[in-house]
Amino acid sequence: MSNQRSLAAALYVTGSLAAFVMVWAVAAWLWPSRALPSPAAVLGIFISETKSGDMPYHLSMTLMRVAASFTLAMVLGSVIGVLLGMRQRLDHFFNPWVILFLNLPALVVIVLAYIWFGLNEIAAIGAVALNKIPNVIVTMREGARTLDPRLSDLAAVYRFSQWERFRHVLLPQLEPFLAAASRSGMALIWKIVLVVELLGRSNGVGFQIYVFFQTFDVAAILAYALAFVAIMLLIELIVVQPLERHATRWRRQAA
Amino acid sequence: MRPAGDARPLRLFVAEKTFHPANAAPLTALRDLSIEIKQGEFVCLYGPSGCGKTTILRIMLGLDTDFAGTLSLPETARTGVVFQEPTLLPWRTVEENVRLAMPSASRGNSLDTLFSAMGLEQLRNLYPNELSLGLARRAALARAFAIDPTFLFLDEPFASLDSNTAQQLRELLLSMWSQRSLTVLMVTHDLDEALMLSDRIIVLSPRPARVIGSFEIETPRKQRDAAEITALRRSFSDRF
Repeated sequence: MSNQRSLAAALYVTGSLAAFVMVWAVAAWLWPSRALPSPAAVLGIFISETKSGDMPYHLSMTLMRVAASFTLAMVLGSVIGVLLGMRQRLDHFFNPWVILFLNLPALVVIVLAYIWFGLNEIAAIGAVALNKIPNVIVTMREGARTLDPRLSDLAAVYRFSQWERFRHVLLPQLEPFLAAASRSGMALIWKIVLVVELLGRSNGVGFQIYVFFQTFDVAAILAYALAFVAIMLLIELIVVQPLERHATRWRRQAA
Repeated sequence: MRPAGDARPLRLFVAEKTFHPANAAPLTALRDLSIEIKQGEFVCLYGPSGCGKTTILRIMLGLDTDFAGTLSLPETARTGVVFQEPTLLPWRTVEENVRLAMPSASRGNSLDTLFSAMGLEQLRNLYPNELSLGLARRAALARAFAIDPTFLFLDEPFASLDSNTAQQLRELLLSMWSQRSLTVLMVTHDLDEALMLSDRIIVLSPRPARVIGSFEIETPRKQRDAAEITALRRSFSDRF
């Protein structure tokens, strides 16, 4: 039953992606132009860039920045968010700060970080993380507000250690909120990383797109962008979804 | 009553316990309340709904320290508790729930005897949401027994169960109690249950709760059949 369903889902995904490529190919054939290269041309560039080693190099630089700023934003945002969710007075005081940072345009944060801290890796990663932290705070604060006081009582009566409280009581309750924050975080962060690379780094997908923009090389721009989208999709399928299935295994219904 | 290592009683005196809800007038739950429970005693706390029984239990468990008064509990007390709801961690199996409550030194011990006594041996690897309420209550009881408690606090543990299941669990509780040196305090608003199980019933007034009186039951538990319970019930209602 569930196998059939997942097979059907896989067929839908494949069919939908194939249809997208078809529409693109037909459009490129009807309107031949440098501004809309065919899928085959983009694939050609992807292969040649991979052979030269440029593609793997720039992809891995971007991936490194995504991973670093994602980790930083999730850790700091979760700690602050949970604290604010549990301490009402702290929340009242810091809520305006959260709203301020939530509404600060990414571009402003990036430019200021480069001006204040120089055109370096730390400024780049810090700026991306700072853009994401307020979102994580808001989600995790909501999570901390839904914590079940009965489970905290239980942990107190049975004298759970600090670590056991964290591992068996707190973390599982926050898990759906962590998952939501990571999902939206991944999507947001890699897009901001590209902007950071375009403005102040000399490698990465964002930098490459900037270079190809100078020559209006749309095929190369698409090759880099789609390659990175594919990597993010793979991470979702290979890492995120299995982790989520493992974390929610207890939710299965009684037969 | 059986001998116990630490013979000091549990003593609670509450001059006043008042709740301060954010959007309502302050609510005094307890006033001039004094309770003493001897080692090895099985005591029921009996009173009308909403009189503050659960509040008393929370204070005794140390979950609520915001009250005017004193609580003295033997230092060596190991406290087991069964809350009104089973309160199992939904993301841990029955066995993991039980083991997590145990002190780390004894966590590796075999639980076979306990699980088979509680009729849980087939269910150790199930998650709480795969259990019925009766079975979840049973798991919560097993968790309380697994730590080999000296004090056991029960908050209406058999409420909203069908009478057969409730009776079965009561018998389980009594057999566990008789095998150990254990002091039990059980909150209930079911008089028959209190008459059936306890050595003594502490009767509470409506809110703000204070102790109206104590009803001692001398009859051995084995002789408390339907006729005896009716007789006890009559003498109870004569006094209260």
